[in-house]
Amino acid sequence: MRSGLASRPALAILRRLATAVPLLLIVSGVVFALIHAAPGGPTAVFLANPGVRPEDIERLQRALGLDQPVWVQYARWLGAYVRGDWGYSLTDNRAVLDRVLERTPATLELAAASIGIAFVATFALATCAALTRGRWPDLVVRAASAAGLAIPAFWFGLVLQLVFAASLGWLPSSGRVTPGDGSVIDRVQHLVLPAMVLATIHAAAWTRYLRASMVAAFDHPFVVAARARGIPERRIVLRYVVRAALLPLVTVVLLDAALLVSGAVVTESVFAWPGLGTLFTEALARRDYAVLMAMVMLASGSIVVMNLVADLVYQWLDPRVTP
Amino acid sequence: MTRSGTIAALVLSLLVSAAAAAPLVSRYAPDALDLANRRAAPSAQHWFGTDDLGRDVFARVLHGARVSLAVGLLAAAVAGGIGVIVGGIAGLVGGAVDATLMRLTDALLAVPRLLLLMIAGAILSPSVSLLIVLVGSVGWMETARVARSECLSLSTREFVAAAHATGARAPRILGRHLLPNAAGPVLVAITLAVARSILLESTLSFFGVGVQPPAASWGSMLYQAQSTVSTEPWLALFPGAFIFATTLSVNVVGDELARPKL
Repeated sequence: MRSGLASRPALAILRRLATAVPLLLIVSGVVFALIHAAPGGPTAVFLANPGVRPEDIERLQRALGLDQPVWVQYARWLGAYVRGDWGYSLTDNRAVLDRVLERTPATLELAAASIGIAFVATFALATCAALTRGRWPDLVVRAASAAGLAIPAFWFGLVLQLVFAASLGWLPSSGRVTPGDGSVIDRVQHLVLPAMVLATIHAAAWTRYLRASMVAAFDHPFVVAARARGIPERRIVLRYVVRAALLPLVTVVLLDAALLVSGAVVTESVFAWPGLGTLFTEALARRDYAVLMAMVMLASGSIVVMNLVADLVYQWLDPRVTP
Repeated sequence: MTRSGTIAALVLSLLVSAAAAAPLVSRYAPDALDLANRRAAPSAQHWFGTDDLGRDVFARVLHGARVSLAVGLLAAAVAGGIGVIVGGIAGLVGGAVDATLMRLTDALLAVPRLLLLMIAGAILSPSVSLLIVLVGSVGWMETARVARSECLSLSTREFVAAAHATGARAPRILGRHLLPNAAGPVLVAITLAVARSILLESTLSFFGVGVQPPAASWGSMLYQAQSTVSTEPWLALFPGAFIFATTLSVNVVGDELARPKL
């Protein structure tokens, strides 16, 4: 290829987009069809309200374009969506984009805290396990990571609430801030439990992964060579093994970071954390279809983007990888 | 077999037999009301306590196990079936078919499955059998990858070449030579799918969009318990502990199956 190295990232981006665009179309089409196949469609929530007259519903349906065939509605929605018009929430008539933007900081705060905690914990636990392979610290770390992989997030959240909020009273059980209090300490206290739940689940998966790739790194020729030169084991681990094993972990962390938009649905809901996850569950309960569509697109889109970022970061970090 | 593998297998077989023999194990029917003993804490009479209608939580957990385990196992079977077919075709046919199927598999892994299933569940109010299909149809991609890579590596082996040479056709090679030899890793992938399916079903049910009343799974018991968790914690603790123990045991057994045999 003529342009050589410079075109590689561009090619990778193009290749990802070639699958991402049809994927986003299919996902949005399926969700759109599902919502419109439901009895009452997007106005189902009004049908159940005795205060709303049939003629009002008819007027609303005409106003929303619901008297048109589904594919026309979908094309209209898509056209508006790509122009940045995400529609209006049926719950409070506000622009969906505003509602999404208003909830984003809380989710990002939770994501940053949990990823940070999980990354530090993973690093410490996996290094400890790899240094003591087969002995008790390794066994404890592996057992804990197996437990973290199997624990249902919603139940873990309820247990933490029960212990630290209801019984001990150390931490608030839900919300992001105490009304009337906006201090940093208050915010951190609210953040601890939900961040612990997400961090535990991520650290469990990452530790398992990092430990395995560290153990595999021990067999690398450069580690054998380092040992032969008489370099102490501790130094070998920190200098060579960790460095070789951290590289693949970076991609895993990036991919999991993308999942936090949708993955936080469970944790945010248990702790009434006012982020995107609770926006989704609220919209689901009220059949607020514009919000649901926006959330599905946001969640799929962030996975696509982070996949791409992970590819590029990996190529950038590891010169051996060619796309 | 390691000690943890043995314990996990024991836990699972105990759980499955207790669920199968639930009416014999528990003194109470799961829907029997005992209005004099409503919201009772765990005791010798009611091991796991009672709920707001005086129903025995132990009996409900055992009967809930039937729903949770059935959904987990059958959804994993659906996922495994689709995965083996897709992965088998991709690995055996190769070329453009392989590229297309694997591109599709990768693409579907990038779909936020939980959100889609929550929307589907809220709109369809699924029956247990529809729920099995829904959970199974989003969980086949991992198995497809394993089945494909096994088929690819096996198809370079001499006995497959020999079968080709004797004039065997693709379906025979797949069914007779590739799949039986790929069974081990595929079985591991399906086992892990069981744990994922149980977790996914319980999460959906926890949001009230999975198993619908009067049927009750561990997840839907938690859905009903979450508002009273501080006053009657046993309603939430026991079903959740059973989900945890089950997925943990299934994962450990899966890891055990994946260990290289000597």
